[in-house]
Formats: sequence, C-alpha cells, structure tokens
Amino acid sequence: MNHAQSDWTVDFLKQLNTTGCEVEQIDIASTALWQIESNHWQQFAELALQQDLRWVAGWAEHIQDRFFINACFEKQGVYVLLRTIVNAAKLDLPSQATVYPAASRSERHTQDMFGINFIGHPDNRRWTRHKAWPKHSYPLHKDFPVQGTPEPITLPDMDYPFIKAHGAGVYEIPVGPVHAGIIEPGHFRFQAVGELILNLEERLGYVHKGIEKIAEGRTPESLARLAGRVSGDATIGHCWAACMAMEQAAGIEIPPRAALIRGILAERERVANHLGDMGAICNDVAFMFAQMQFTRLRELWLRTNAKVFNHRLLMDRIIPGGVVCDLSDSSCALIKQDIVQLRKELSDILPAVDLNSSLEDRLYTAGYLPPETAAAFGTLGYVGRASGQDKDVRRDAPYPPYDQVIFKVPVETQGDVASRFWMRYKEIKVALKLIEQFIAHLASGDILAEWQTPPTGSESLGMVEGWRGEIVTYIRFGADNKIARFYPRDPSILNWPALERLVLDNIVPDFPVCNKSLNGSYSGNDL
Amino acid sequence: MSWLIAILQTMLFATLAPLLAGWLKWCKCRLQNRKAPSLFQPYRDLIKLTNKQPVVAGHASWLFTIAPYIIFSATVLAATVVPLIAVDLPTSASADVIVMVGFFAFARFFLALAGLDIGTAFGGMGSSREMTISSLAEPAMLMAIFTLTMTASTTNLSVAISHVLNEGLVLRPSFVFALFALILVAVAETGRVPVDNPATHLELTMIHEAMILEYSGRHLALIEWASQLKLMLYGVLIANIFFPWGIAETFNLKTLGYGLLAIMGKLAVLAIFLAVSETLVAKMRLFRVQEYLGFAYLLGLLGMLSHIILETSR
Repeated sequence: MNHAQSDWTVDFLKQLNTTGCEVEQIDIASTALWQIESNHWQQFAELALQQDLRWVAGWAEHIQDRFFINACFEKQGVYVLLRTIVNAAKLDLPSQATVYPAASRSERHTQDMFGINFIGHPDNRRWTRHKAWPKHSYPLHKDFPVQGTPEPITLPDMDYPFIKAHGAGVYEIPVGPVHAGIIEPGHFRFQAVGELILNLEERLGYVHKGIEKIAEGRTPESLARLAGRVSGDATIGHCWAACMAMEQAAGIEIPPRAALIRGILAERERVANHLGDMGAICNDVAFMFAQMQFTRLRELWLRTNAKVFNHRLLMDRIIPGGVVCDLSDSSCALIKQDIVQLRKELSDILPAVDLNSSLEDRLYTAGYLPPETAAAFGTLGYVGRASGQDKDVRRDAPYPPYDQVIFKVPVETQGDVASRFWMRYKEIKVALKLIEQFIAHLASGDILAEWQTPPTGSESLGMVEGWRGEIVTYIRFGADNKIARFYPRDPSILNWPALERLVLDNIVPDFPVCNKSLNGSYSGNDL
Repeated sequence: MSWLIAILQTMLFATLAPLLAGWLKWCKCRLQNRKAPSLFQPYRDLIKLTNKQPVVAGHASWLFTIAPYIIFSATVLAATVVPLIAVDLPTSASADVIVMVGFFAFARFFLALAGLDIGTAFGGMGSSREMTISSLAEPAMLMAIFTLTMTASTTNLSVAISHVLNEGLVLRPSFVFALFALILVAVAETGRVPVDNPATHLELTMIHEAMILEYSGRHLALIEWASQLKLMLYGVLIANIFFPWGIAETFNLKTLGYGLLAIMGKLAVLAIFLAVSETLVAKMRLFRVQEYLGFAYLLGLLGMLSHIILETSR
C-alpha cells in the first residue's frame, strides 16, 4: 500500500524535472518538503492539478528579510509541503488560486498578513483585514508588535467592495455579523429576486484573534493550550494536530496508551458535535422535538466527559507528549455503558425523524452540493463525504491509534442537507465502534512521554481528522524550545466557499438550514 | 347592562389571551420532554417589556411609533365582534364577521408598513412574505365563514352561533369542511408552525417576527399582546362557531360563569391539539404555503358546495 502511494511522488518529480521546474528536496519530520523557485509557483499548481493533487493549505512565514511561502498538497494520503522563498525587496508571487479555487481565500489572508502580492489572483480584495489595522501594515511581519496598534475606536468597516447585482427586482439582504442566535459573527450578503438566491457572498474575519501572531515565542505546553482554542468546538482536533506536529519535530513517540486515549477523546468530540448539529438542523426547520432530544443526548454525553475527563468539552486534555488524564477501569465501563445507552436512544429517536414527511420535505434536495464542486473546492469532512469526496485522514494517512483498527468511512453522493444530516449519524455509529475498539485495545503503560527540546528550526506538519474534517497544522520551532511559526488549517477554511455555491437556486428562508448542515467554524477560519 | 357585559367580555379577551399563550407553551414544552415555564410567564414578559424603555431607530417615522397602538386597538376591536362567553351582545350585533376580517386586515396593513418603515432588509422581507400569505389566507377564511353564514343566512357571528345552538347537534358536511378550512387558515394567520415559527431566532426564515424585529419595550409588548389576542380570537371563533354549547344566552352570573368555564375548557383542548400538531410537523418550505392555503380555500369551497347540494331545502 505504502509503495503504491509513494509512487506518484516519484513520477511527479520526474515530470516536474522534464518541464524545467527544479525541485530541491529537503528532509523534514513526517512530510516531504519540496522547495522550488518562485517563478515556477503557478506552473507547479497547474501540473499538480493535472495529476489530481488536492490543494490542502497555504501559509507564509517572515524570516529575517525573506518570506517563506508554503503550500501543502495531498494525493492518496501522501502529503507534500511545497515551499518557495521570496525576498522582501520584491514581494511578488504568481497566484495558485487561478488553478485551485480553494487557495483563493488563503492567498488573500497571506496578502493581508504579509503584504505579498499574488500576481493574477482572481479576487485580491482584502479578506482578514477589516479596519483594525492600517492598510500598509502587516501583522505577521516580525517587526509588528504583538499587542498590535490598537486605535481608541476601531473604524467601521464600511467600504468593502461587495459584488453587486443589478436588474429589476434584485434586492440585497445583508445578514450579520451580529446574529439573533448565539452563534459566532460573520456577514452574509445575499442578492435575491423574490425569495430566490442569486448570489451569496461571505464576509468573514470578525473573529480574527491574531492566533498566528500570539503563538510566536510560546512553549510547547502553552501552544497546545492555544491550539485548543483555535475553534472551541474542535478543541481536541486542533490540540492533537498541534501536539502531533510538535512531537514529530522533537522526535518524540507518544506511548500507545496515550494514543488510544487521544483516539477516544477525538471520537467523543465527534459524537458530541454531531449530536448537537443534528438537533440544530432540526431546529432550523422548526422541528423542535428532535432538537430537544438530540440536545439532551449531547448533554448526557458531555456529562460523562466531565465525570471521566474532568472537562465537558475536553479542553486541554491533550498535551505535548501524551494526555493529561488516564482512564480507570470504572471509567471505561462508564464509557461503554454510555455507548450502549446512546445507541438505544438513537434507535428510538431516529425512526421518528426518518419517518417524518414534513422534515423530509425540508431536508431532501435543499442545499445540493454537486460532487464536482465539492472536489474543486477541496471540501472536507462530512460536507465533502456527503458529496462524494472519499477523504478521511484516519484511513488515508493513518496515525496512531487509527493504524490499529479497521473501520468504514461512509461516503454518499446525494450532496443535500439530508445527506449531510445522515452522514453525521453514520459517523456517530462509526465513532461509537471506534471508541469500543480503543477501549478493548487499551494497553497498560504511561500516558505521557518525556519532552525533549527540538533542534532550532525543526519543522513538521500534523494531520488529524477533526470532527469537521482534516485539520493540518504547521509548526516550526525557533531556539530554546520556543515556537517560531504556528499555522492551523481548520477544515472550515475549505468548506466555507462551498456554502456560497450550495445555496444558489435555493430560497432565502432555506439558507439557515443549509448553513447549519455545513456548520463551518468562524473562529477557525478567521484565526 | 348588556353593554357592560360586552365591555367586560372584551376585557376578558385581553386578559385571558396571555394565559392561552402560556398554556400553549406549557403543552409544547411537556410534549418535548422539557420543564415548562409558569403559565403566567407571558404576563411577566408583557410587564417586563412595558417597563422597559423602547429603543427606536433614528430614522424611524411617526408611523413606526404609532403602529403598535393601531395594531393593538384594531385587534381589540376585532375581539369585540366575537362572542366569547355570551351571544346577543350589542357589540356583536353592530358588526359582522366581515368587519372582523377587516379589522385584522387593517392591523396587518399597519404592521407591514411598520416593517417597511424602518428600512432594514428583514422588515421588508417579512412584510412582503406576510402580504403574500395574507392574500391567500383571507379569501380562504372568508370562504369558510361564508359557508357557515349561508346556513344561518346571516354574516353576524352572534346570530349564527344562536342558530347553531337552536338547531342542536346536527352533522353537517359543510361544517366539517369549513371547520378544517378555518383551522388551516387560523394556523397560517396566527403565524404558527408549519407556516411560521414564533419561537425562531433565524431572521431569514421569519415572517411575523421579521416585521417586528426592530420593536422593543412597550411597543413590542403591545404587538406581542395583539398577536396573543389574535391567536385567542381564532381559537374562540373555531370553538364557538362549531361547538357553541355552554355559551351564555341569558345574562346572569350563573350562565356567564358557565360560559367562561366552557370557553376556557374548549380553548385548552384546542391548544393541546395545536401543541401536538406543532410537535409532529416541521415548518414547511415557504413556497409550500400557497399549496397549503390553496387547500384551505378548496375545503371552504367544498363546504359551500356541499351546503348548496346537500343542505339547501327547496
């Protein structure tokens, strides 16, 4: 399996060489790092697309007077980190967004944070920068102060050039950033005719917290805590991805028991969030009965978290080198008993949901995301898997403890809200089985490996299947065990653009349920 | 004397409406396996809102501030037309069912204007949806009511109710059709699931709530109270036209007391039915509402046809 997988990199490297794109291969922990000249940046993307590589992530880093621009690609579970270096004197780079639409917002983010000019970018409006810092100042430059340059009053962000629609009967609906429900802030701009959505434009960035900036100079423990707060509902996913990257950079193997407990934590997080989402989807079409039931189940699940792991939402349970809390036999018994209970309850509630024709009428065919669009945007997690994207890091690039177990990854091509609803249910079923297997495998031993200071400049990529999908985290250490660069790529960054597509030709009042079926993280996107 | 009772009856309408809303909420909560708020919570909410200072947008016109008073008054006036605990009251003699529908339309007109007045996208969206739905609901409602009034040969509710009382328990196919038509219309007109969701926070899905999003304080209290009244009005209409037994025909304490108990019992049962149906169904897609109200209109029409074919004796 591994041989067949690595084949494409060999062939692809040959192809790159014949086309004159010279690749310098550098060894880093975990992944292949290919360094190319900046003038081949776009050409590489074109060749990569021909080879069906998936664009995964893009970020940059300021080192002295140079800028490292990185992009990550994946095929068949093999990740390649692509890098080019541009000089501060001339911050130009051909855009990859012309080839990969998924790279568009990421490049806009890099443009706002570093001042790098992506030549030929189809849409180079500002993205992360609202009005909180001035136009020609770039927060991720090393000379930018960590506390920022706060004005006494932040200017209102009035002049963002939204896409306009003209014509008789076309009207615009601005929604947010402050919403009536208790959700995160984000702005949605609709152009509609009657109730039909002509266009939707997202304007995110309201939860920009400067996570990349404040990560610099942290110790591993401190960074793990920060990573756990990139997106609160995916705290295990992000924390794990960050710890994985740090451990690889430092050359540490975590004890098998710690890996299994991490697996249990991740699957518990997945189940809790999926339960909450299934209820929320029902709530958005005013089917309150199901919402209350799912909310109740989620609450019971979280209470077990509190009992077993001392934290309802599992924050800071994963630390560099292992996990914080061990599992006693009685805890294992409680978890197993919980799973039996949850299965029984779900088998009572789901027929009531499945057989409800009024609910069916709302969920089926609403918010259809065609598999081709999902592929073009690199859509991840349950959104991608409901639209035929057969991707799962746990299976494709298995990391402990998932390399010890066999499990199915459900995939559908139906692509509508109903499909994303049932996809969550299928994933819950898989997660419950996984937890049972992990508990059965639970080896005795340590739960924490001793930390070793990684060499200066060591870097790594951590890939984890969070509950929303693949989380990719890049870490580079500086001197003295301090973080030099931290970039977490939440799956929402790739899923948000899909929302703009899947609501087209739906009616305005169906938007909330379409949005909820995708449930992107605002915080994880805005960083 | 009868005028006094008429005034008392209208006041009773206004005071009992929040209780009905509280009872409905209680039933829904229990059906969802939740603890329910007190039955008197709607009163507390109204008092709380009344004591709060209303916040009015800077560019709101006079229309925005007077609309809640107009809406509330028009709904109270509509309530005077409907016999609650007694028939043959002077207020119901002076106005008929078409006037009542007119009062509703009047209130709705100002509500829609107020929604537009503030200039937000949500208000305009809500007004547009409300008008779309009402243009379908009003004919359906009139059709259902005309079926009843043809039997009694009058559009006066009080007389029609007396007529049903005098006829005794007769099974009329036309009444069954009209009953279902009126129930469907009532659900749509009072903004209940599956047409609208009064408990939602999702602006884009709202109809009634979207128009009143900008209201606060006593303005909001009046509008909330008016919609509670409207819910009760439809409930009373259904209860007293189709099941009028128990309503007072003479004015003395005993009959009036029985009348009050009877209507409260009937409304409580109706609310249970509504709560069960709201628990069982999800809200329908907005563009299904026309099919739904078209069906209500058809039921009303069938009711009238069956009246003409089966019940008219030559």
